[in-house]
Parts: sequence; structure tokens; C-alpha cells
Amino acid sequence: MNNHVENDHASIAKYLRQDRLPHIWCAGCGIGPALNCFLRAIDKSGLDPDKISVVSGIGCSGRVAGYVKLDSFHTTHGRAIPFATGLRLANPDLKAVVFSGDGDLAAIGGNHLIHAARRNIDMTVICVNNFNYGMTGGQVGPTAPYDVRTSTTPYGNFEPAFNLPMLLYGSGASYIARWTVIHLHQLESTIMEALLKPGFSFVEVISPCPPVYGRMNKEPDGLNSLKNYVKRSVIKNGADPGETEITQDGPIVVGKFVDVVRPTLQESMARMAAKAKKPAAK
Amino acid sequence: MADSGYLVGEYFINGDVACAEAAISAGCRFFAGYPITPATEVAERMSRRLPQVDGVYIQMEDEIASMCAILGASWAGVKAMTSTSGPGFSLMMENIGLGVMLETPCVVANIQRAGPSTGLPTLIGQQDIMQARWGSHGSYEIIALSPDSPQQMFDLTVQAFNLSEKYRVPVLIMSDEVVGHMSEKVIIPELRESDLVFRKQPKGAKESYRPYKTDNGPVPPMAIAGQGYHFHVTGLTHDERGYPVMTAKAQDNLVTRLVDKIRFNADDIVMYNEHLTEDADIVVCAYGITARIARFAVDRARQEGIKAGFIQLVTLWPFAEKRIRELALKTKTFIVPEINRGQIVYEVERCAGGVRTLLIPHSGGDVHKPEAILEAIRKCHE
Repeated sequence: MNNHVENDHASIAKYLRQDRLPHIWCAGCGIGPALNCFLRAIDKSGLDPDKISVVSGIGCSGRVAGYVKLDSFHTTHGRAIPFATGLRLANPDLKAVVFSGDGDLAAIGGNHLIHAARRNIDMTVICVNNFNYGMTGGQVGPTAPYDVRTSTTPYGNFEPAFNLPMLLYGSGASYIARWTVIHLHQLESTIMEALLKPGFSFVEVISPCPPVYGRMNKEPDGLNSLKNYVKRSVIKNGADPGETEITQDGPIVVGKFVDVVRPTLQESMARMAAKAKKPAAK
Repeated sequence: MADSGYLVGEYFINGDVACAEAAISAGCRFFAGYPITPATEVAERMSRRLPQVDGVYIQMEDEIASMCAILGASWAGVKAMTSTSGPGFSLMMENIGLGVMLETPCVVANIQRAGPSTGLPTLIGQQDIMQARWGSHGSYEIIALSPDSPQQMFDLTVQAFNLSEKYRVPVLIMSDEVVGHMSEKVIIPELRESDLVFRKQPKGAKESYRPYKTDNGPVPPMAIAGQGYHFHVTGLTHDERGYPVMTAKAQDNLVTRLVDKIRFNADDIVMYNEHLTEDADIVVCAYGITARIARFAVDRARQEGIKAGFIQLVTLWPFAEKRIRELALKTKTFIVPEINRGQIVYEVERCAGGVRTLLIPHSGGDVHKPEAILEAIRKCHE
């Protein structure tokens, strides 16, 4: 696995805007590895990079759109998915990828997330979940486990968390997977599979956020988090999404949970549009 | 119906339907919306018509998503629009700002009802005029048009697409419930390609394309996703490469251009209709459905020997500043009836140079009675 990750910069360098580096992410952040896996997945997928559009919202993960050398859109907070919906529907040749964070996608953008999954639009959503709003200094996020400390839950988080795979399963996503940033090999192949999967695919990436979330929860450098993931991760492909909840200290269930075939939005639209053309309009 | 899929000829349709048909005639092939009275008929018509012309209709989960979706569609190279009314218009504000910042051609029709809040969903208001101008945060200019009839709704919707493509800015059709719901004869012309505008596209090597580099004039050519340009655009303050730059200088360069591309082209954008203003001592200034009532009142005043005139603001934003200043040099009074408690009147007053400017307010739910405007004209004449 190490060789695979370390020795192949050329395969991803061409997908990066070199003139924008260095990036803004902190040492030990998990967004870099997640982006690395995403770019490797693009490279191996055989997809035409000209046809890939990357759309991000706001936040640390939202900055991904600014570093990829593809058509890329840095939109408003929470609204990457509807923006990508317009792109994809208006040009069926495009591959729409939304790369953003848990706060952006599941809090302010939560409504769009579930409706995009329900529609089963051809779209891949990569959600870096670091349980907090890193860019603004570590406020509690919608996926923060109960009782964790953040800058706005100084006495412990009093809200239950969204279990994203469960939420997406209930909404109708065709493909749902979760890995942590120690599972680089699996993450890369999963993202590639998601990119090639017709319909709505969702990949959750559990990621460290050392300077804010980590500091307040006994993982002050990235390495603490990675060791923690090694200890707590349980690979369980096909796991019932209802049993993948992440708690403060419990197991982190990872793997590919859902991979089903449902009619995509585009297929259904085409079916209905065929009826529109039969009789002449009055 | 022409082979091309758009209507041509005479139709008896309401303003909302005229808006939808005009969009299709103008080449709009993407609509995203959310049901809301009194704009729903635009969406319903589009849901039926767009699939007939290989377009896409999608009902989104809310107006925020609708606004974002049309921006995305526009970047895919398709003319796109949405329609809404007050509450939905409020929800769209943030992403209208994104449209301004990314310089994204698109059209938003606001079939206004009376507010604030849920207000009178089925009844008229003209109360979102300042919101159209200032509703999204930040410093910017926008284009807003206001039709007085289903026919003008058709004509201005075509214009709205043309202006949005020319200036790369969201264009707002600030209509109202009465125009949206009234049915009248609408003549739909056969539009030629030369009647329609499509955004300027970049030429030259794709690798050297810079999304916000201007060539001739302040509006940069616009690439389309999927063609190999690998461009980046962001709602952050950016340079001509589209890259974020967090400095006051970059902010000044960008915002000045965004504002000036509209402000310096006001003569090209501003439309108005005048009637009997030549020798008028009293000029009634109105827009939307109120313009028709005002014109009627002005004609009555003339019958009574009062030198009254009338100007319809067809373009609300940018404001017809130059023309109002000109009229102010020869008239003695401006009267501004509008279905709100005072919005455009302040713009007229600003340009009137001290000439008396009177508001005839209306809280909404109904239109002005011609007698109310006539009475105001008489009083000013005394």
C-alpha cells in the first residue's frame, strides 16, 4: 500500500493547479489524502478529464475545487449539489463531482443532499467528515458525536449526530461507502467505483482535523487520529447502514455499504420526455 | 407551431404563460423552479413545453436550489431561468449574488405578490423593487425589467435573456400578479437568430484562457464546462484567472468592473415609454400594471386641460436616471404611483433635482384606482 501511495506523483500532478500550491490545509489534515485518492481515481477511471466538473461549497473541503485542474466551481455554502444538478442536467456528457465537507453537505446543504439522493441523479458526492467546522475554528458539526467537545460545545455536544450512510440510504442513494484516511487504497478504488456508478454515489471520508477538533478531543496531531482510526476501524462491506453510527469512542464501521441499481434521474427524464414529443403541442 | 418547437402567431394567454413561451423563443432550455403563487403557471408551462424542445425542466427542493441549478446549467452552456414570487425571491438572494460574482447569464422572473412575509399570496404587490436592486449582500449592479402586459412580458423576457447573455449578469423580470394572471392577446413573432444574443465565447488556446480577462469592453468571454478549458470560478474575490485573491486591490478591481459594466452601459440597457411628456407640467412615472392605470389617468387629465404626461419605466435597474434628470428640467411635478409604501419614488426624487416629487402609495392586494391618480394630478395642477 505504501509504495502505491508514495511513488506516483506524476499520475496526479497533472490534475493539480500547481500555480495555486501550497494549499491552505493544516498539517495533519485529511483533506489532502482524500483529494489524492480522488485524483488517482480519476486517473485510473478512464473518464475524460475534460468532461469532469468538480463543484464545492464553502469550508476547508470546499477549497478542493480551487486546486483541481479541471472545470471547477467554488459555490456558496451548502449549495454545491444543486449547482452541480444544473450542470449535469444541462449537459449529459458531464461527470459531476461534488467535493465538500460535513457541515456544508449535511447541515446547511442537508436538504439538497437528501433530494439529490432521492432523485438518483448521476453525481458523485465526496464528503470529508471531520465532525466540525474547521475553517471557522472548530464549531460543532451535524456529524459530531454526542458529548464531544468543540468550540461551541465546551461542556460536550448535547445533540445526536447524523449517521450519513444511514441518512443517504434512507434517501435512496445508489452507492454508499465510508473509509477513513488510513484506508487509502480502499478509498481510491471506492471513489473510482463511485465515479463510474450510474446514479447517485456517496463516499464519506473520515478525516482528522488536528488544530481544532483534534486539539479538543485528545487528537492534537494528525498521527493521534490515524492511530485512533487503526484501532477503531472495522471493515464491514455490506454492513446495514443502520449499524454504522459513529460514537465518541466506539468502532468506526467502514466499507462499501450500498451498491444497488435504480433508474437514474436522466433515464427517467428521458422516458417521460419521449411522451412529450408524441402529440404536437396545442 | 413552427417546426423548431416554438409558437408563432397570435395567442390569448396570460402573462406567466407569455413569459414561458418567450423564454423558449429566446432559446432557454433549462428551467428549475419551486411552486409558488402567483408564478406557478410559468413553471407549469415550462414543464410541459421544455421536453418538447429537448430542454430540461426540474422542480427543485426549494428556491435556493432552483437558483443554484440555473447557474450550473448556464455554466454548462444552456440558457436557463427560474420564476418565483416574494418568499422565493428572498431565498434566491444569496445565489443571485453568486450569479453576479461568477458573471453567469440567467433570468429570474419575480411575479410579485404583496408582502411582507407570506402576505397576500394571490394578490398583487410591487414591493420587491429595492430588494431586486440591493437584496443580495455586497456592492453590485443588476438589470431588472418590468412589463405592463402579457405582450410586454413576452417582449421583455426575450430582452432579459439577451441582456443577461450580453452583460453576463442575472436579469430580473420584476412583473406582478396582475400582469402574470391577466390574459390578453399576445403576438409571438418568429425570432431570427439575429434577434437573439448568446454570450461571447473565448477564442485562442485553451491553456491560456483566463475566465475573467476582458478583451474589448468590460464583459469577459465565457467558457463552457466540458470543453477542455479546465477553468476555475469562485464566489470569493478573484483575479482574472478566477483564482481567489484576498486583498483590497483585487476587490476594487473586480467590484469596480462588475458595477461599471452595467453602469457605463445604462444607455444601452435602459428602456422607457413616454406619452405626452413634451409639454407636461406634471409627469406621472410608473411601472408594471400601474403604468397602464397611470396612462389612463394622464389621458383623462389632458381632457380636463391639464398638461400631464406619463413615463413608464420599462427598465427599473439600472434606473432611468438620465431621462428623469432631463424631464426634471422642464416639468414642475413628478407623481409616482406604486404598489408599495415608497420605493422607486426615492430614485425619482434623487434625480428630480428639487422638483416636487409625490408618492401615491398602495399597500397591495389591489391596483390603484385611476381616480386616485387623476385626483393627485388635479391637486398638483391647482
